[in-house]
Amino acid sequence: MSQAGRRSGSRGKGHHILIKGGKIVNDDQSFYADIYVEDGLIKQIGEHLIVPGGTRTIDAHGQLVIPGGIDVHTRLQAPTMGMNSADGFFQGTRAALAGGTTMIIDHVCPDAGSSLLAAYEQWRNRADSQACCDYSLSMDIPRWHESLREELEALVKDKGVNSFLVFMAYKDKLQCTDSQMYEIFCAIRDLGAIAQVHAENGDIIEEEQKRMLELGITGPEGHVLSHPEEVEAEAVFRAITIARQANCPLYVTKIMSRGAADVLAQAKRKGAVVYGEPITASLGTDGSHYWSRNWAKAAAFVTSPPVSPDPSTAEHLSTLLSSGDLHVTGSAHCTFTTAQKAVGKDNFTLIPEGTNGVEERMAIVWEKCVVPGKMDENDFVAVTSTNAAKIFNCYPRKGRVAVGSDADLVLWNPKATKIISAKTHHSNVEYNIFEGTECHGVPTLVISQGRVVLEDGNLCVTQGSGRFIPRKTFPDFVYKRIKARNRLAEVHGVPRGMYDGPVHEVPASVRTAAPRVAPCAGKAAAPPVRNLHQSGFSLSGSQADDHIARRTAQKIMAPPGGRSNITSLS
Amino acid sequence: MSYQGKKSIPHITSDRLLIKGGRIINDDHSFYADLYLEDGLIKQIGENLIVPGGVKTIEANGRMVIPGGIDVNTYLQKPYQGMTAVDDFYQGTKAALAGGTTMIIDHVLPEPGTSLLTSFEKWHEAADTKSCCDYALHVDITSWYDGIREELEVLVQDKGVNSFQVYMAYKDLYQMSDSQLYEAFTFLKSLGAVILVHAENGDLIAQEQKRILEMGITGPEGHALSRPEELEAEAVFRAITIASRINCPVYITKVMSKSAADIIAQARKRGPLVFGEPITASLGTDGTHYWSKNWAKAAAFVTSPPLSPDPTTPDHLNSLLACGDLQVTGSGHCPYSTAQKAIGKDNFTMIPEGVNGIEERMTVVWDKAVATGKMDESQFVAVTSTNAAKIFNLYPRKGRIAVGSDADVVIWDPDKVKTITAKSHKSAIEYNIFEGMECHGAPLVVISQGKIVFEDGNLHVNKGMGRFIPRKPFPEYLYQRIKIRNKVGGLQGVSRGMYDGPVYEIPATPKYATPAPSTKSSPAKNQPPPIRNLHQSNFSLSGAQIDDNNPRRTGHRIVAPPGGRSNITSLG
Repeated sequence: MSQAGRRSGSRGKGHHILIKGGKIVNDDQSFYADIYVEDGLIKQIGEHLIVPGGTRTIDAHGQLVIPGGIDVHTRLQAPTMGMNSADGFFQGTRAALAGGTTMIIDHVCPDAGSSLLAAYEQWRNRADSQACCDYSLSMDIPRWHESLREELEALVKDKGVNSFLVFMAYKDKLQCTDSQMYEIFCAIRDLGAIAQVHAENGDIIEEEQKRMLELGITGPEGHVLSHPEEVEAEAVFRAITIARQANCPLYVTKIMSRGAADVLAQAKRKGAVVYGEPITASLGTDGSHYWSRNWAKAAAFVTSPPVSPDPSTAEHLSTLLSSGDLHVTGSAHCTFTTAQKAVGKDNFTLIPEGTNGVEERMAIVWEKCVVPGKMDENDFVAVTSTNAAKIFNCYPRKGRVAVGSDADLVLWNPKATKIISAKTHHSNVEYNIFEGTECHGVPTLVISQGRVVLEDGNLCVTQGSGRFIPRKTFPDFVYKRIKARNRLAEVHGVPRGMYDGPVHEVPASVRTAAPRVAPCAGKAAAPPVRNLHQSGFSLSGSQADDHIARRTAQKIMAPPGGRSNITSLS
Repeated sequence: MSYQGKKSIPHITSDRLLIKGGRIINDDHSFYADLYLEDGLIKQIGENLIVPGGVKTIEANGRMVIPGGIDVNTYLQKPYQGMTAVDDFYQGTKAALAGGTTMIIDHVLPEPGTSLLTSFEKWHEAADTKSCCDYALHVDITSWYDGIREELEVLVQDKGVNSFQVYMAYKDLYQMSDSQLYEAFTFLKSLGAVILVHAENGDLIAQEQKRILEMGITGPEGHALSRPEELEAEAVFRAITIASRINCPVYITKVMSKSAADIIAQARKRGPLVFGEPITASLGTDGTHYWSKNWAKAAAFVTSPPLSPDPTTPDHLNSLLACGDLQVTGSGHCPYSTAQKAIGKDNFTMIPEGVNGIEERMTVVWDKAVATGKMDESQFVAVTSTNAAKIFNLYPRKGRIAVGSDADVVIWDPDKVKTITAKSHKSAIEYNIFEGMECHGAPLVVISQGKIVFEDGNLHVNKGMGRFIPRKPFPEYLYQRIKIRNKVGGLQGVSRGMYDGPVYEIPATPKYATPAPSTKSSPAKNQPPPIRNLHQSNFSLSGAQIDDNNPRRTGHRIVAPPGGRSNITSLG
């Protein structure tokens, strides 16, 4: 609908904008000041600003001026079974802007076996030509092999990608083993990137899917029954364990259930560097709709991990988001039309996965967290943009209203009300999973790259105007701690003398571990070895060093005495 | 050391025994009564019993009379690199009896690829000829092969085995994938078996071992460093998740760390049937000794999962044992001589794994838990015998002092103080990992099968006198709840009309998920995804739906709606 307006809007005067009388909200403080925007950047903040003539003035009295939202998780080009999602980069970013989100981080999902770099180029081409807001890319790693190391390095060093997603689900397709994850995490840590993980136990899911289909359950409720939340929690627990072993920062995408969120919160308490991302769907609705009698409606909710059927989940997640146990919000926007979803009409495992949410994200977070008083407007900014910018290393260019930052701004009206409906949304799907939700707080005006793109409910966007935002490695917000721990984590062996006692001789044939000792039960044949070594050699009894409790930290210093011989100690 | 005494057993005649003036302790209550034993069974309990003449009488003088201990986890015949542990069934069960344990459940560990049945027979025969106390056998499932189901069925139905262990560690050797675990759990549940899990993440251990070796750490401390307790906790969490999906009981062997124990405790509060078994080593000592400068001493502690280097671990585990979050105690007894351990002198991954503990188990639990006031005597009986008997379906034959139960009885002296040392222990190894520990509480008299086998510090045992105790499947202690949960957990789908809207047609070659890069990499500007508009037809189902107002759920139980089948388009 905005195709016509996109050239005319925000040309001459649009480049110089003065926002007057608004309350600027950052994640740390709020204050009243005017903002002068020029050339896509915030040039001045203060009162009584001196601005050139011809500057357009926007009155922001009674409104909040917040940094544009960053949606950390979208899949606008997700290829599934030969279909592309209903919202491409154009449609998707348009919806984003309509909801007050001025930057997205999209996931590149290469085909198994194809090159990561090729997939990256493919995504860049599409996004460059279609996106209407700034974007960045995360890379999925569908199948790990050693040669990917170089590609990862190239992506990190030359291509501005600093986050990589591994899958613990989708058995035989995308799923990684624990060993592979460990290797990937180590590689990512060395490169200074963020390890993201889709956390669900794919092995169990597959078995459960089989079981559901055998029980004759083929509808969308089978999806949620075969993806129970324990399976999500288990994978989160495992991912954190592996990341801790590798000393790699971990970012769990799509926190959909209470169990998963609690596991993550507990791990943080034990010191893990881990971040959690609830999405619009998990914050704004629940999974009771999988049991809807309307197939198309139920199918619209199908995503993985599924929206939890426990109706208290959304409440719980918004509480954890407010308390800082969860950090950022994404949307995982990946929509399919009903006809596309209907590919799985006789078998829920074939329903393409994904829900909408890129447009609704900001409003839902406001409605669920700020309106009931769980968080204040500063926290709201933190979880919708600032934290994301810090974690993904585009701070303070994004995620902050400050001189020199990108002019991605949103005028937020906390008094306005809007009802979410598929009739008015900007996505291409027939169903909106938040249908009928009333939101108190809406973006009234959105500025992206210094241009007004949403005003009075009208979008004026330019296809292809979005820029790729490259991101650097080793974000301080994440890696300062990791680096310090790396230094501390060195372990040393105990300097001992050579063991010079008797050694049991392993029969030469035994390397195969299967000792055919005596398949016909060798009666009472005393194990042939024992007495051989009941020699006079004895080290029992208390030892010279028994009283020295050597530990707590894993750092062992070389004792002053230097090398010693074992037999001299007994 | 007792080789002399074993043939000259005069007490073999004392088939009839009267224990006078003891305080009988069961897991539920204690009382003063006399006990009359005959033919290996408890025949009478009470005061002023009428007994035949010529009965040997033991004066208990108010001391405690408890059911003999059951050690649920021993490896007295564990093969490693062509050798076996130094304590075989004879040596091991002798040590057990000396410590007040009158029954062991040993693990049959088949080499991967060999049949479970053959291995079972091998163990059965070895134990029958050597064991001095009653025993039962767990069978470890070291690989999941074709035909294993039939063998498992035979073991459960005909051989008296009702517990099987699976491994989440030992990559490329015993380890099973999550899918296999799911399959194995499902099948074992259908047999009514107890599922034991060795819980450690083998994949990560393999990675860590590589890393530690690359760093040049080859000593026993590498064993602890490469198996941090997080990996144990992770596997416990995963095992519980899988079991709770299948609704089967799961039993974690060798709980060695605080975090693993905490996971079990938390899970129990949420409902899954989980049982945890700390062992003598984890209750009595800690893993600081891996850093001992004495290689042989450090190596003696090598077992998996390792002892936690956190010195507060034993205290924590004892507390959980006392409050019921952990239920039974084993020993994991599987000692190797220093020379055997020395196979791994240049590489800690080669050190054979196993520690002693069969003899020390009862006294360590008493000293750490009862003498410190964490648990009472009844709870002591529960965690050393009764709970084990219930879980493994031996109750009330074992684990209780009651008329008709086996005459496995221990007279326990809570005041006796004994220092554990390798010089006086019954095991054949040079090192005792509890060396120098002063323990309060020790058995005075041990009676096995109605015969006095330990008295005044002397053992009177016969090689091969132990009997195999067959166990039936579906122990009520576990399966009563499982059966009810099975009934209430039934699932049903939603009965809907057929979806009759448009269906997207998948291109004939769905493997090309994304359009081939070659065609697209030349930036085809503004080209909309070829499919999208195709379905922006007038077909629309947006807006509030007829059934929006009745949220259908909470339990997983969906009842077919009274309206019966409906058609999707009529709902829009």
